[in-house]
Amino acid sequence: MSIELGHFALILAFVIASVSALGGLTLWQRGERLAAVMSQAAVLQFVLVAVAFLAVVHAFVVSDFSLALAANHSHSLKPLIFKISGVWGNHEGSMLLWVLILVLFGALAAAFSRDLPSDLTNLVLGTQSLLTAAFAGFTLFTSNPFARLSPAPLEGGDLNPVLQDIGLAIHPPLLYAGYVGFSICFSFAMAALISGRIDQAWARWVRPWTMLSWIFLTLGIAMGSYWAYYELGWGGWWFWDPVENASFMPWLAGTALLHSALVMEKRNALKIWTIFLAIITFSLSLLGTFLVRSGILTSVHTFASDPTRGLVILTMLAVLIGGAFLLFAMRSPALRQGGLFAPISREGALILNNLFLATAVGAVLVGTLYPLLLDALTGTTISVGAPFFNFTFGALMAPLLLVLPFGPLLAWKRADLVAAGQRLIGFAALAVFLAILISALGGTSISLVPIGLLLGFWVSFGALAELVERSRLGRIPLAESLRRLAGLPRSIWSTAIAHMGLGLTVLGIVAVSAWETELVTTLNPGETAELAGYQISFDRFEQMSGANYVADAGYFTVTGAGGDTQFLVAERRTYVARGMPTTEAAIQTYGLSQLYLQLGEPLDDTHVVRLWHKPYILLIWIGALVMAGAGMLSLTDRRVRLGVPQTARKTKLEQVR
Amino acid sequence: MIFRLLLVCLWLSLSSVANAVGPDEILPDPALEQRARDISAGLRCLVCQNQSIDDSDADLARDLRILVRERLVAGDSNAEVEQFVVDRYGEYVLLNPRLGAHTILLWAAAPLLLIVGLVAILLAPRRTITPHADGLTPAETEALDALKRDRN
Repeated sequence: MSIELGHFALILAFVIASVSALGGLTLWQRGERLAAVMSQAAVLQFVLVAVAFLAVVHAFVVSDFSLALAANHSHSLKPLIFKISGVWGNHEGSMLLWVLILVLFGALAAAFSRDLPSDLTNLVLGTQSLLTAAFAGFTLFTSNPFARLSPAPLEGGDLNPVLQDIGLAIHPPLLYAGYVGFSICFSFAMAALISGRIDQAWARWVRPWTMLSWIFLTLGIAMGSYWAYYELGWGGWWFWDPVENASFMPWLAGTALLHSALVMEKRNALKIWTIFLAIITFSLSLLGTFLVRSGILTSVHTFASDPTRGLVILTMLAVLIGGAFLLFAMRSPALRQGGLFAPISREGALILNNLFLATAVGAVLVGTLYPLLLDALTGTTISVGAPFFNFTFGALMAPLLLVLPFGPLLAWKRADLVAAGQRLIGFAALAVFLAILISALGGTSISLVPIGLLLGFWVSFGALAELVERSRLGRIPLAESLRRLAGLPRSIWSTAIAHMGLGLTVLGIVAVSAWETELVTTLNPGETAELAGYQISFDRFEQMSGANYVADAGYFTVTGAGGDTQFLVAERRTYVARGMPTTEAAIQTYGLSQLYLQLGEPLDDTHVVRLWHKPYILLIWIGALVMAGAGMLSLTDRRVRLGVPQTARKTKLEQVR
Repeated sequence: MIFRLLLVCLWLSLSSVANAVGPDEILPDPALEQRARDISAGLRCLVCQNQSIDDSDADLARDLRILVRERLVAGDSNAEVEQFVVDRYGEYVLLNPRLGAHTILLWAAAPLLLIVGLVAILLAPRRTITPHADGLTPAETEALDALKRDRN
């Protein structure tokens, strides 16, 4: 019964979204009264989709296997958390989650739109409803999550064991929130193009949404990377897989958008480019979610291999993205540019940032799609893998990281590069010194390592330069400097912290690539191995069973250089329902480094054990967390805090009209 | 990433349980072994998705790893080993595509984009300087004339 209720709610949401899209996009000039209706419709869509989603969650929780989706992807013995996360561990359910987040953002936009001009509200919510109608329709007509089974099976087919992990509970919702959040930027871009209203106020409305989505995407990608790292069992954390690239491209484009919207907000320049980026970012998000399910990319046989479904997805993407770019081509020449500036200026630096980020997006996109196109056009099959991306992406990021610390030190309009250089020289010297010192101590043979270290330190320390400059640290009494630091706007702090986070990630990547050590060996209980100064002794081997799996478990004692001991358990599990094996690596953290231990296959009379020491690997994810935290800090800045500035601006806008 | 994980499962379940580089494969000469690892990292496991044979658990990857080591022990250079594998399995096996007529666009994409972007930036400011640099609009001229008339 509740299933049918959910199904009905989703149908109703689809109908309301369709009507709302039609109304909003055609009658947008009708003003406040339509805006009120649009807002209500947006909230209603959210409530209805939430009902639909909860109906499916309920069926999973109570193990109602008359729901085909639950029967195929759930199991009554699963822990509760995995029953819930199992809802989106499959194509239909993940579509439903996608639509849920889409309408959530629509409802949030409606809630915070009271201060928007009504025509903008109508257009934004209209576009948002159009997206909802498209994807709710797609879910209903090609990927119905509410299909029933009769007779209902007694037990479910279970969720893929690799997905039975806390990672599945967190990673997809975060990633989807990031992808879908950019839909608001897209809707704002559409609204600007249709209405012709594009000014600094527009950028000020869009930036918090961009920031919010960017935070989610940053966390989602970092979480996914860490999940792959500990779950896949060999300690890789980034693979340049098409699916990863698909999530990384919107992140790069979103990062560029954050910076270009800044120029637009402060200086009323880069308008057309910012609109373009907003469209591109969401288009890449759509590609991220859907290209991998269309069956084009080889990496997705498991999720949606039904060819009609793939065709529908491609058609929808073509219409939405194509329509958006058509509108852009028609309307953007009419948008007036403003805000003059010299090449050496904050604007100039941000344009440089955009140039490199946009090129990186293009390079990753070409690298991801090139093998497909080449195969389709000439029948030649090639692979484009990690070595290509590492080289191309690295070559593009190096100059970006090199100029990054200058950016925040340059003044708007016209800046003095020499003065900025003087302020940075101390930090540069420190970075050079540390890079040389560490390279010497680490005994590196790879020539790129010192350069990587240098860039990492340079970006991390350079981020501090603006704080030092603004607080006049060292030139006035310390207490006065500290008072100044505390009084700095949060936007300054968040810039510095975010850039420092990037530096930390770079350092982590360089360190683990250069100094990772590995040992593959055979051990019997009672024997000992040594890696990177750690003594690893294999204590005992045991077979055990969990809630829905049986496992071979190896118990290890690790003795550090200081004599401290840690007890680790590495498992090889076999999940009962599907008979599928997984590896549960044992990971021990020492400071920022980790010891990664995998129990390999049993040989005749012994066990294969793989050990890795991963120095400073945690910096990679800590850097990402720091970046996301900086984003959150910037959202609390006075400038974007809701209420004060908006109200003032609205009256100004009202006066104009 | 979920899809990737799913896929990993798929081939895990297809291939009998074997794992990445096993202790029995490792060559006694560390220099040779390091070369084998470097080569392996650039060779694709043909039955997996976008994974090098160095990381892969599949049986085929194991066979390839052993093949690479056999060639190295036989005295081949890195390039010769790579060519040997390419001759056998096609260029698809290389994770880093070779520069050639068919990949020129791939390799040129990033530099081309960068150059196009730079040129666009260098040309753009001239286009955007002061929208009304060349005088007043007709409406403004008319309004100005009207003002002048009023004062007269």
